[in-house]
Amino acid sequence: MSESMQAHPRWLRGLLLAPGLLALAVTFILPLIWLGRVSVLPRSGDGVSLPGFTLQAYQHVLGDGFYWWVLWKTVWLGILTAALAVPMAFPIALFLARTTTRWRGVLAALAIAPLLTSTVIRTYGWMVILGRHGMINDMLLWSGLLTMPVRLDNGTLATVIALTEILMPYAIISILSNLGRLNIEIEQAAALLGATPLQVFRRVILPLLLPGLMTAALLVFVLAVSSLVTPQLMGGGRVFVLATEIFNETTVSLNWQIAGALSILLLLLFGGVISVYQRILSRMEEQF
Amino acid sequence: MKRSLGLLCWRGLIAALYAFLLAPLVVVLVVSFDTRPYLRFPPEHLSLGSYTAVLHNTAFLHAGLFSILVGGAAAAVSLAVGTGAAFALADKAFPGRTAIQAMFFSPMVVPHIVLAVGLMMTLQPLGLLDTLSGLVIAHVGITLPYVVRIVLSGLKNLDPACEEAARLHGATPWQAFWRVTLPGLRTTLVAAGLIAFLFSFDEAVIVLFIAGHRATTLPLAIYHYIQFKTDPQVAALSVLVVLASMIPVVIIERGINIRRALTG
Repeated sequence: MSESMQAHPRWLRGLLLAPGLLALAVTFILPLIWLGRVSVLPRSGDGVSLPGFTLQAYQHVLGDGFYWWVLWKTVWLGILTAALAVPMAFPIALFLARTTTRWRGVLAALAIAPLLTSTVIRTYGWMVILGRHGMINDMLLWSGLLTMPVRLDNGTLATVIALTEILMPYAIISILSNLGRLNIEIEQAAALLGATPLQVFRRVILPLLLPGLMTAALLVFVLAVSSLVTPQLMGGGRVFVLATEIFNETTVSLNWQIAGALSILLLLLFGGVISVYQRILSRMEEQF
Repeated sequence: MKRSLGLLCWRGLIAALYAFLLAPLVVVLVVSFDTRPYLRFPPEHLSLGSYTAVLHNTAFLHAGLFSILVGGAAAAVSLAVGTGAAFALADKAFPGRTAIQAMFFSPMVVPHIVLAVGLMMTLQPLGLLDTLSGLVIAHVGITLPYVVRIVLSGLKNLDPACEEAARLHGATPWQAFWRVTLPGLRTTLVAAGLIAFLFSFDEAVIVLFIAGHRATTLPLAIYHYIQFKTDPQVAALSVLVVLASMIPVVIIERGINIRRALTG
């Protein structure tokens, strides 16, 4: 009985899927195909796209040391941000999973609420803190440790600090959703068998949580390397990553071919990192 | 003794991490009550002057209304087409279901900046750059996968026995759908719509590529403003935006688990 009621007839299924697939095609698939197409169009001397096919933009990007340096800076920014955000998110996730306080709901909301606050606003907050006349400089000047304000904003360091804070909630959520694997009884058993708290952490908690921590690191990495607003505002035009270069090529240099080629490069970086991650994860699952 | 010291250290660490996580929002809140036209911390005198200034700033007001319009339209379109797709995908296995579902989820793994460049190149020849329709198209693209995922998980949590009972008592499939299934999904649909709205409202990368002076959303207006000026007015505006975003968040939390909805 339930079989006949559950399965939709073919025409109904088609009718239900069609509008969604059309929307997906118009808003996502077509733009991506068009992006790839534009990146291989020849370009005239005055910057007009011509019909045809050429790999000039890719040759230009791959043959220019500057873009390799930008790619390296992008990967470095992603690694640094992930290396800071995940260890900082881990204690909060562990705390939220374990705590029995009645404030748990509020504390969980506070850890996740920043996620639903615009990146622009949170970056602005960091500009206020790290700016030339910002909070930290004011405090250092007031305390007499400094006589002149130092530049804390406009640079890679400021970008990494802001991105770490902005992406931490993603890491917290990702680790929290994996903490279910951890059973407090396993830890108690290890402790009863004479393990010190540090040993319990290293031998029991960490191996169980490694997949979750890796997912968190991957998430922070991919979000960091594709972020634009924070490097643009915190970097003050002095932080060069793929995203800022793509933005410059489309809005300042108006070279769509280069912008397209760089976007495809970023997409490939994404795909590469995600497939490496999946390979490591499956190897780890085999080991346990 | 040693144990309580460890506990103290642990609590201190958690407090410090929370302080770091909430620092920008707290600082923005404090600065928003400042009276000076430039940014200093801490503020000298507390006042609501910045808030009055924001509410009289027509550029921000227009951008805010425009953001609400774009978010509302994008959420409505995503919800309409995404709910249908989720219903089809929740059905028993059919050929190609896994592939179609992966296709619907794929925008979540493509960086927004790449999508932004593609959208700019597609919308430009169509004359849709810097228009309401262009922005709605772009935001449907990023909100649709979340709507499909949230409605799909809502459908899976629904007890099929209810629909069956309605059918056994003589309801037609159509009646069972309208009277039983849809009301059961109400909180899920509200949550999916609000999440879509919030994502569109906060989106700040794609708008940088496809919006301009005519079609300016609030994040874009704030972005342009803080590039040149960092006065307390924008802090007051930020506080208002954060408070406004809290309303849908509270509504969603009552209906579904946000963490689940975002990470699956």
